[in-house]
Amino acid sequence: MASNQADIGPYGERSLAELVNQEQEIIGIPSRTREVALKAGLAFMLVLAMAFIALPVVALFLRSPLDTTLRSLHDPVVIDALRLSLTTSTITTITVVIMGTPIAYVSARFQYFGKELADSLIDLPVIMPPAVAGIALLVAFGRMGIVGHYLNGMGISIAFTTLAVIIAQVFVSSPFYIRQARTSFEDVDLAFENAARTLGASRVYTFFHVIIPIAMNGLISGAIMAFARSLGEFGATIMFAGNFQGRTQTMPLAIYTAMQGDLDVSLCLAIILVAFSFIVIFLVKTLTRRRVHKNAGN
Amino acid sequence: MFAVLLLAASAGYAQETKELTVFTAASLTGAFGEMGQMYKNETNISVAFNFDGSQALRTQMENGAYADVFASANQKQMNAVKNDGLMNNSSIVIFTKNKLSLIVPKGNLAKIINLSDLAKPGLKIVMGTKDVPVGDYALQILNKLGNDSAYGPDYKTKVLANVISQETNVNYVVTKVALGEADVGFAYVSDITKNLTSKVDKIDIPDEYNVIAQYPMGILLESKYPLQSREFMSLVMSDKGKAVLEKYGFAPVAGVAAKTAGTAMAAAAA
Repeated sequence: MASNQADIGPYGERSLAELVNQEQEIIGIPSRTREVALKAGLAFMLVLAMAFIALPVVALFLRSPLDTTLRSLHDPVVIDALRLSLTTSTITTITVVIMGTPIAYVSARFQYFGKELADSLIDLPVIMPPAVAGIALLVAFGRMGIVGHYLNGMGISIAFTTLAVIIAQVFVSSPFYIRQARTSFEDVDLAFENAARTLGASRVYTFFHVIIPIAMNGLISGAIMAFARSLGEFGATIMFAGNFQGRTQTMPLAIYTAMQGDLDVSLCLAIILVAFSFIVIFLVKTLTRRRVHKNAGN
Repeated sequence: MFAVLLLAASAGYAQETKELTVFTAASLTGAFGEMGQMYKNETNISVAFNFDGSQALRTQMENGAYADVFASANQKQMNAVKNDGLMNNSSIVIFTKNKLSLIVPKGNLAKIINLSDLAKPGLKIVMGTKDVPVGDYALQILNKLGNDSAYGPDYKTKVLANVISQETNVNYVVTKVALGEADVGFAYVSDITKNLTSKVDKIDIPDEYNVIAQYPMGILLESKYPLQSREFMSLVMSDKGKAVLEKYGFAPVAGVAAKTAGTAMAAAAA
């Protein structure tokens, strides 16, 4: 850069166009070489990074031939884990959407005392290590926990049940939905809301018939992210809900447990989860892209 | 990123001081911890332990984890590693015995007195997975009880219906009971250590239904310190080592097994 500027000196009195031409002639070739080298370097780094991520995924498929994977699909451990994971993650996602949508809307539209704190608290589980979440849930809702103690007195036990699996999943996955929903609501132009209100629509009517439809794609992709996070939940679940086939042993727990016994079962479950992750990424990308296009069109 | 990894790796090699890596069944956590200290006092070589379920340790070694010595809580996991061709077969020796016990939280709120109480509906039981030795042994016991007419054919089903969690090593079973989150757990008699006597109580399982857990240990072929590994094993089998094991509730090996130990020692000397 510095040398380029120094070069300007001699051409100072010539026209600008001439100067640019001269400049390009003189520095053109080396700068192009530099450009190519830079691009090659970046391409190399990109390939390296892609290989780093793709290799382990490919290895999963190479290590487990299709027929072994298909055979393992009939293993009771796999069937139970698959069934349990899908049911709990679905219930979790529904819960998170019902609880999270109003929270996200309030957070996007209203100012209130302590909002910063509330927002940070909502986001906390994203940062919190799952093992911390697990032990925290246990000392809160376990039989000897501060709340669980009273619940147990009433004959309600939560820890080490399927309900505990769902609670752990809701705890860790809710921010994934709420954050996305908050952004989607913030993106809804206030003009639409105001127009509906001046035309006589109630707040609730406006929310369901104007705001939700506009934010829909974002909400769906948030819900998918929460579903995916629930499906992958491991640490909090194994600590708070335990590890029992058919009741609390979700797919990640089954992968961990089976790896110490039947590796084929472990790999089969891992492959199902990888395939699922691809579908999730694809869906979320498609949904969010469509939303951006729509906004651009507007 | 890769540069950082390389740096970290080379830093790891740079500070290479002699250290034994011993992969140890979780039930030996207390006893082998002391053993490691004793070994360090005598030889000035420290011992790094990896305590986990024997099946977890096996999986780790199969996938390339480095160990000098493997001490397993059952023969099945030791044989698995042996069949992988990772063990120095002649070094393997049964060095101690253990048996199972029921443990209940202090106070025994669920009022468990004997084995038939385990079938009471609504009880919360923790045990090991089918692969971890402590879970494998527990299933053997339940099978024995199920075959006994005194307990009836549906006894095992009822007990398993009460299981709230299957843990991947015995320490997790003990913790869940000590925390009071479970009413009863299948653990080893050796698990009621001094610090735990204030938190859990033991209910004996009669010998006719119990199983004798045999603990084998041996040196891995890849060991960089086979000599020191043999020293460590000799210490475990010495009178001092046996005293430590007995303090934790392990039973000494008798007759045949001790003889095997003798041959192993001879082989070590050769």
